[in-house]
Amino acid sequence: MGDAVSVLALRNVSRSFGPIEVLHGVDIALRPGRVHALIGENGAGKSTTMKIMAGYQPPSQGEVLLDGQPVTFASMGQAEAQGISMIHQEFNLAEQLTVEQNIFLGRELKRGFLLDKPAMRARTRDLLDRLECRVSPDRVVSTLSNSDKQMVEIAKALLRETRVLVMDEPTAVLTRTETAILLRQVRALREAGTAVLFTSHKLDEVEEIADDLTIMRDGRVVWTGEASLMDQHAMANAMVGREMSDLFPAKVSTPGEVALEVRSLTVPGFSRDVGFTLRQGEVLGVAGLIGSGRTETFEGLCGLRPATGDVSIFGESVRIDHPWQAQALGLCYLTEDRKTRGLLLGKGLRENLTLQALAKFDRGLIDTGAEERALDQAIADFDIRGHRGALVGNLSGGNQQKLLFAKTLLADPRIIIIDEPTRGIDIGTKQQMYVFIRKLAAEGRAIVVISSEMQEVIGLADRILVMRHGRVTGELGADATEDAIVRLAMGVAPSPEKETA
Amino acid sequence: MSDVTASAPRRIRMTVIGPILALILLVVAGAMMNPNFLGWDNVTNVLARSAFIGIIAVGMTFVITAGGLDLSVGSMAAFIAGLMILVMNSLVPTMGVGVPVILVGMAVALLAGLAAGLLNGILITRLGIEAFIVTLGSMGIYRSLVTWLADGGTLSLDFNLRSLYQPVYYGGVFGITWPIIVFAVVVILGEIVMRSTAFGRYCAAIGSNDQVARYSSVRVDRVRLLTYAALGLLVGIATIMYVPRLGSASSATGMLWELEAIAAVIIGGTVLKGGFGRVWGTVIGVLILTLIGNLLNLTDFVSPYLNGAIQGAIIVLAVVLQREGKARG
Repeated sequence: MGDAVSVLALRNVSRSFGPIEVLHGVDIALRPGRVHALIGENGAGKSTTMKIMAGYQPPSQGEVLLDGQPVTFASMGQAEAQGISMIHQEFNLAEQLTVEQNIFLGRELKRGFLLDKPAMRARTRDLLDRLECRVSPDRVVSTLSNSDKQMVEIAKALLRETRVLVMDEPTAVLTRTETAILLRQVRALREAGTAVLFTSHKLDEVEEIADDLTIMRDGRVVWTGEASLMDQHAMANAMVGREMSDLFPAKVSTPGEVALEVRSLTVPGFSRDVGFTLRQGEVLGVAGLIGSGRTETFEGLCGLRPATGDVSIFGESVRIDHPWQAQALGLCYLTEDRKTRGLLLGKGLRENLTLQALAKFDRGLIDTGAEERALDQAIADFDIRGHRGALVGNLSGGNQQKLLFAKTLLADPRIIIIDEPTRGIDIGTKQQMYVFIRKLAAEGRAIVVISSEMQEVIGLADRILVMRHGRVTGELGADATEDAIVRLAMGVAPSPEKETA
Repeated sequence: MSDVTASAPRRIRMTVIGPILALILLVVAGAMMNPNFLGWDNVTNVLARSAFIGIIAVGMTFVITAGGLDLSVGSMAAFIAGLMILVMNSLVPTMGVGVPVILVGMAVALLAGLAAGLLNGILITRLGIEAFIVTLGSMGIYRSLVTWLADGGTLSLDFNLRSLYQPVYYGGVFGITWPIIVFAVVVILGEIVMRSTAFGRYCAAIGSNDQVARYSSVRVDRVRLLTYAALGLLVGIATIMYVPRLGSASSATGMLWELEAIAAVIIGGTVLKGGFGRVWGTVIGVLILTLIGNLLNLTDFVSPYLNGAIQGAIIVLAVVLQREGKARG
């Protein structure tokens, strides 16, 4: 199978947007019955490469080869007709339609003038069964979880008898179990002779599933070949272009006085009776499965959701019903959802940066000079890259995350709750974020890091709180193991490592 | 890592130039068709007529920028006019005909406008009802109230008071009448507030994504409430200018003002779903709408009865241009 002719390939492809060339002479070949992983940092050119392969964008130079013949796709529809499907990071589903209607959207089965509903129902059931997806075909898509939406997207692609399936970070929003199901499906597609291209920031997945591997950096292919030749460490080094020895900075913390004390915090419908203390200079990790109520608990704490409980900040009992009250007390929450809750994608960097601390720049009129200086400072401090006049929506995920960080810190909070600090960002930026977080702790701020990545929690936190079904099920020290966290998070037999602090 | 940000987006170009070009075109066309068009009398006439809708439209710009809408301004103006006239007439027997009565009337107009705006705003922000629904409701309520106050007919200001009050509409300084002066002041203040104050920045932030604003500790409800309150106050000011013109109020007063104000805002390049607002654009929008009516009256090219049709076509055209601008950005 290794010698099979490529089904879809790029040959010496370049792509420019305006005067800026983002891809430089990229070669990549997908072979039938093989899974090809494409990895690289944010902004390395993965998305553009995939879009060119799926016919969403034409190359500025070079050729797209289908079965060895140069082709030009006038539209994605043409590429789809040739058996090339792409699944996007952002879902492409009609939210108000049902699962079945979405799967058959644009290719409804008909009998005469009427829809052949029984046939579509049978086909939908069949596809969902293959995906081990339990949702009813009648569910409205807007009521589905992210992972189920992903499954519906995949079902759509399966329906098309796809020869080439391009997946842009399909596992980013999936839990471990769901990821396992997805990878099983990918293997099934491979057995059926489909060529699969997928990207992921999770290198363990890449190691597990990929047959072929291409690594990109700065719009160029820096490594390509059999995936078995690379381990995770080598992949990370190739992506970043330097040795990635210590992903996590050293934990040098000298806990100071108690900054935040929470007792019996309850967020109706999400969490009950949560309590913990947090000291200055400390990083408290919060682990737990998706849906364990971590985000909601802390949103409740910061006045973003209705909540009850006893909260004191630096020994003073406080009442927080609105986020601005929290901020006035020096407590800020950094959302996990930077695109819809963190940043104004249609506005520029400056307006986003100063939104949270605009009072600082308000001298009756806004002092735009001071704003510009703050932006200079933020760009320097956080290594934000991108055109200064760009809209924030056009920045890469990593740069958006850095901007969100800078924005929150401008309000100079004493207590910072950071929800999923590195979701969907590349390993180089991740490392930078970890350094920022430890630095903030070293400055004497009190920090909570909520994360679904156990490595991250373990590598970053001084203490770890594990949540399950809206309750704190245990607290672990900095030497916690993944196994101990999983046990607490899943509610499996009480772990011997369980500690109380 | 490369900086994959395409060249700095020069967005909404056409929407910046479009309204200005349209205005220039109208002025040139007008000057060619009728020599009196650029005469002092006609120019001041056009500006004075623009003032009522214009003052309201400045407030509407803030409401729309913050992602809201207010359909009640026309009937609110009618109701305030009716209330003002009733209060002033009832004071004549005790206070006599004099400036104090008029000042009381003005205060009533301002307070009533503020109260009406606050009421809209509270219903929208505290009870979380759609702005469209709330203001559709209050539009009906105020329209009905003024009809009831006038007993189905017309409320007229006491004749002696009217002549005392008239200079507020017809008088002025250096040949520029008061409505124009007030309009200009409101526009300049509005432009400054929108462009360079925290309030203007918050309006745009809330309109582009109220969740982001909330997570950024912006007091979203309070800012929204203030936009409606300010609009109410501006309706009061516009009514103070309007009453001395005819000295009466009826169920037909302020008819369709809300649509003209919203249309002016949109023509001026403010985005209907919020997030971006331009006060000076609104002024151009108002002038365009007034000029079309004025031109049709001055020339016999097209029947003045087609005024509404032409205004409607321009509104649709403005939105089409907005979309093109966005696609380009």
